[in-house]
Amino acid sequence: MRAKIRKIVTFLEETHSEMERLITPPTRRAAAVAVIANPCAGKYVEDLSELMAVGEELGELLTQRAVAVLGIAGDKAESYGKAAAVGENGELEHAAAILHPKFGTPVRKVLGKGAALIPSSKKRGGLGVALDIPLGHKDAAYVRSHFDGMEVRINDAPRANEIMVAIAVTDSGRPLPRVGGLTKDQIKGEDGLR
Amino acid sequence: MPEVLVRKRVLSVEEIFHEGGPPADRPLKRAAALSVIRNPFAGTYADKIETFMDDLKPLGLEMARALVKALGGDRQRIEGYGKGAIVGSAGEIEHGALWHVPGGYAMREVLGGAKAIVASTKKVGGPGARLDVPITHVNASYVRSHFDAMEVGIADAPRADELVLALVMTTGPRVHARVGGLKASEIKGEDGLR
Repeated sequence: MRAKIRKIVTFLEETHSEMERLITPPTRRAAAVAVIANPCAGKYVEDLSELMAVGEELGELLTQRAVAVLGIAGDKAESYGKAAAVGENGELEHAAAILHPKFGTPVRKVLGKGAALIPSSKKRGGLGVALDIPLGHKDAAYVRSHFDGMEVRINDAPRANEIMVAIAVTDSGRPLPRVGGLTKDQIKGEDGLR
Repeated sequence: MPEVLVRKRVLSVEEIFHEGGPPADRPLKRAAALSVIRNPFAGTYADKIETFMDDLKPLGLEMARALVKALGGDRQRIEGYGKGAIVGSAGEIEHGALWHVPGGYAMREVLGGAKAIVASTKKVGGPGARLDVPITHVNASYVRSHFDAMEVGIADAPRADELVLALVMTTGPRVHARVGGLKASEIKGEDGLR
């Protein structure tokens, strides 16, 4: 493993009721977050291929963790998203190197499919910074019931020379979707959009 | 008898490999189970609230079992625990105190008779409030290597009329524990203290 991991944190959220309406079965979403050393912290590094390779490793590892937390087969996942927070001695570009070039392919391998773009967010921040991981349907980005977000934070990360890398995976959309739009049973699944 | 209406559950697991020192032979795991429930006493002063402790017992047991499962399934591996509550703004701190008995005894029962008092904390707070749940050794409160804490919180809870109930378990000492004091290997196990 090229990534120097200090800790891995997983979160499982289940919504059982909303506005006193029962949600049956509960909507569920999971996040897996790795806190890693930033090999490029504190200096300008032109070639970020090391971080791209780390992204490829973490794409697989974190997706496996998230799916395990949900207790589902990868192809039962419905939506996904990714995010990274770079500690103060790093650059936003470091998050981009982890998330964009090579992270997605292993995610899709674990989930069986994943025609849609993986929505993402990134920021620089200090310990305890909140990461809002955007969520969208994995096979059709326009499925409106699955537009969502999941906040995760770790009180002791990222330290100045660290990066927090996160993926969120769900087996459902929002608890009480009712704003119309494309529904999941209408997915064609060809272009990743509809 | 007020019904326990659960809106949301969150389970988070931290796997800590190191904190700048030598990696642990077995990574430390810490897990938190949180339940967001309606506070049946919100907005009023109720004199008689004690019976709600019985209503919370099944939830406490479910949460304690979920923690043991999340930490590998073997209750013998659980070495630290703690509990806490966050009361939404329409409630009073005394409502948080209702969690002491059902939360604490649930963990002791599931762990097969842990001896130490369950360290706890509570507060009144809004959505996103963070709670530092104290952790001590399950059989002897004075074991210094196991004094720890885990920060927990949920972005959208507690709402004004809700309670966030928390239980925490760990699989071992702080990852680089080295400040002396009573060791886990020296526990007499008679009084829950040493």
